[in-house]
Amino acid sequence: MMENSRRSFIKIAGITAAGIGLKPVTDVLASGGVQKKTSPIGDVSSGNNVLKAKRWAMVVDVKKMAHEDTVHACIEACHKLHNVPKMTNKSHEIKWIWEEEFKHAFPGQHHEHISKEIEHAPFLVLCNHCENPPCVRACPTKATFQREDGIVLMDFHRCIGCRFCMAACPYGSRSFNFRDPRPFIEEVEEKFPTRMKGVVEKCNFCAERLAVGKQPACVEVSNGALIFGDLDDENSEVRKVLDSNYVIRRKPGLGTGPQVYYKV
Amino acid sequence: MLERALNGSKNYWIWMAALMSVIGVAVICYLYQLWFGLGVTGMSRDVSWGFYIAQFTFLVGVAASAVMLVLPYYLHHYKAFGKITVLGEFVAIAAVTMCLLFIVVDLGQPQRLLNVIFYATPHSMLFWDMIVLNGYLFLNVVVGWNALSAESKGVPPPKWIKPFIYISVPWAVSIHTVTAFLYCGLPGRGFWLTAVLAPRFLASAFAAGPALLILLCLILRKLTKFDAGQEAIQMLSKIVTYGIIINVFFFFCEVFVACYSQIPEHLDHLQYLFFGLHGKGALVPFMWLSMILMFTGIFMMLVPKIRTNETTLAVACVAIFIGTWIDKGLGMISGGFVPSPLHHVNEYIPSILEIVITLGIYAIGMLVLTVLYKIAISVKEEAAGLS
Repeated sequence: MMENSRRSFIKIAGITAAGIGLKPVTDVLASGGVQKKTSPIGDVSSGNNVLKAKRWAMVVDVKKMAHEDTVHACIEACHKLHNVPKMTNKSHEIKWIWEEEFKHAFPGQHHEHISKEIEHAPFLVLCNHCENPPCVRACPTKATFQREDGIVLMDFHRCIGCRFCMAACPYGSRSFNFRDPRPFIEEVEEKFPTRMKGVVEKCNFCAERLAVGKQPACVEVSNGALIFGDLDDENSEVRKVLDSNYVIRRKPGLGTGPQVYYKV
Repeated sequence: MLERALNGSKNYWIWMAALMSVIGVAVICYLYQLWFGLGVTGMSRDVSWGFYIAQFTFLVGVAASAVMLVLPYYLHHYKAFGKITVLGEFVAIAAVTMCLLFIVVDLGQPQRLLNVIFYATPHSMLFWDMIVLNGYLFLNVVVGWNALSAESKGVPPPKWIKPFIYISVPWAVSIHTVTAFLYCGLPGRGFWLTAVLAPRFLASAFAAGPALLILLCLILRKLTKFDAGQEAIQMLSKIVTYGIIINVFFFFCEVFVACYSQIPEHLDHLQYLFFGLHGKGALVPFMWLSMILMFTGIFMMLVPKIRTNETTLAVACVAIFIGTWIDKGLGMISGGFVPSPLHHVNEYIPSILEIVITLGIYAIGMLVLTVLYKIAISVKEEAAGLS
C-alpha cells in the first residue's frame, strides 16, 4: 500500500530506532559492568615453570585433615585467592571447596554403625574434575570444558547462565552468581578475575597457579593433608598413595570417574 | 490478514488492554531482574531451576498437542478435525513462544544466548532443544498461516505445504522427547533418571493440550459464531481420556519402581514430594491435589454422560489441565532437586517477582493466541458466510 507512504516510513523508522536502542539498554542492565584489564599474570602458555601433567588428581588424607584449622585454612586460601564472595543470603552462597559430614559427602555409603572417627571427620568436597564429566556433556556453549590434562575449566565470558551444568553435576560442586558478587568480596585479589552476575563457577584446580609452577592453594596450606599430582606419573606422590592405600571416591557407580580420592 | 485482529468489540479491547497491562508490569519486573540478577527469584544453589523452567517444560507439552489434530486430519483424513487444525497450530505457536520466553527469562546472561549458535555443541541437549523448538515454531507459523490464508481466499492450501505438515508430526514428538532428554540423561538426579520420562511427558502433553483445545473451542462457541462441532470436541475428549490415563499409569510405574526397589536415590524424591522430608514439605498438598484432580478427571472422562455433557466436560478438562500442570510445573523440578545430591533438603518457593514475570509471559502467550484466534475466527466466519 503506497498511501501515506511518508507517514508509514516515519512510523517504521521510529520503531526501528526504538528497537535498535533497546539492545544497549538491556545490555547495560544485564551485564552489570564490565572490568577490562590486561592479564595480570601475563601470557600463561609460554611460562617456563608450567606444571604439566597427563592427568591431574588429588588425594584427601582424611585423618590428616581432621583438624578444623586445616580445613578452614584450605577453604580460606582458595576462596581468598579466587575472589569467592561471602554472600549474606545462604541460598545464593558460592563455594568452591567446603566441608561436609561423611553422610553428605558419601550419601549411600553411610550406615548406622559407622565409626565415630569417620562420622565426625570433616570431609573437604570440591569439584572432582571427572574423567567423564557430565557437566561438560551438558553445556550448550562449551563454556565448561575439559582440558587435555583433565582439568574441567570454565569460560566465564561465554557462559550464558543456563545452569544446565549445575543440574548435571552429581556432586553439587557448582555455584551460580545470583547477583553481582563484587560487593561481597572482602578483599579483591588482583591476580584473579572477579566474576559477573549470571554465570556459574567452581573449583578450577588452580590452573592459573599450575601455569606458574605452583601447587593449588588448598594443597599448599594443607600441611600434607591434600596431595596433588599427575596420575600418569608413576613416581608422583598421588600414585604412591593410591598404590598403597585403599581410597574411596564419591558416587563411583555413576561412571563419572571423579579424580578426587579420599584416603579414609 | 493481521489487520483482522484490529477490528474488535469493546470486550475484545478491554481483554487486550488487561493483557497488556499485565505484560507491562511484568516487563518492568523483568528489567529489575536483569539489573539485579536471578537472585530476585526463589532459586538457590541447591534448587537451581525453578518456576521458569517448569513452565517451559509444561508448555512444551501443550505445544506438542497440535499434532493431535494434525495427525488424525492429514494422515488419516478424519474430516471433523478439518475446521480446527489451524486452531491447534495457533495454540502451538503461542505455547512455543512462551517456552522460548521462559528460557530467555531464566538465563543468567541472556544477551549471550546466541552463543548456543556460535559455539554449537551437538552433545548438549540444550542445543537440540533450541533447534527443535525454533523449528517447530517455524513449522506451525508457515503451515497455520498459509492454510488460513488459503481458506480466507476460498482456495485449497498450496501443495508445497504438505511436506511441512508431514514433518510437523514427528517434529512435535521430538520437541517433547528432546525436552525430556534434558532431564533423563543426568546421572546425578535419581528422580529424573528414568526411561519413562519421555513417554510420560508425551502422555501428559496429550492430556493437557487437547484439554486446553476443548476449553478454547467451548469459549469460542460462547464468544463468536464459530462452532468446532460436537464430533470434533468429543473426539478430542477421547484423546484427553487416553492421554490422562496413560500419564497416571506411567506415574504409577515410576512409583512402583521407587517404592518396591526402595533405593533411596529414587525413593527420597517421591517421599519429599508426597510426604515431606526432614520436616520440609511445602509441595505435599499440591502433589496430592494433583493426584485428586487427575483421578477425578479420569473418572469424569470415563463416564459417557459426564463426558458428553459439555459443561461437565469443561470441568473435567480444567481439572486435568491443572492436575498435569501441578505435576510438571511444580512437582517435577523441585522433586528432581530436593533432596540435593549431598542429601540436603533446601526447599524452593517462587518469589513474588518470579510469579509476576511468569504471569507476564503467560499474558504474552494469551495475547498471541487472542490475535491469532481473532484472525482465524474472522476468516472462518467469513468463509461460512456468517458475518
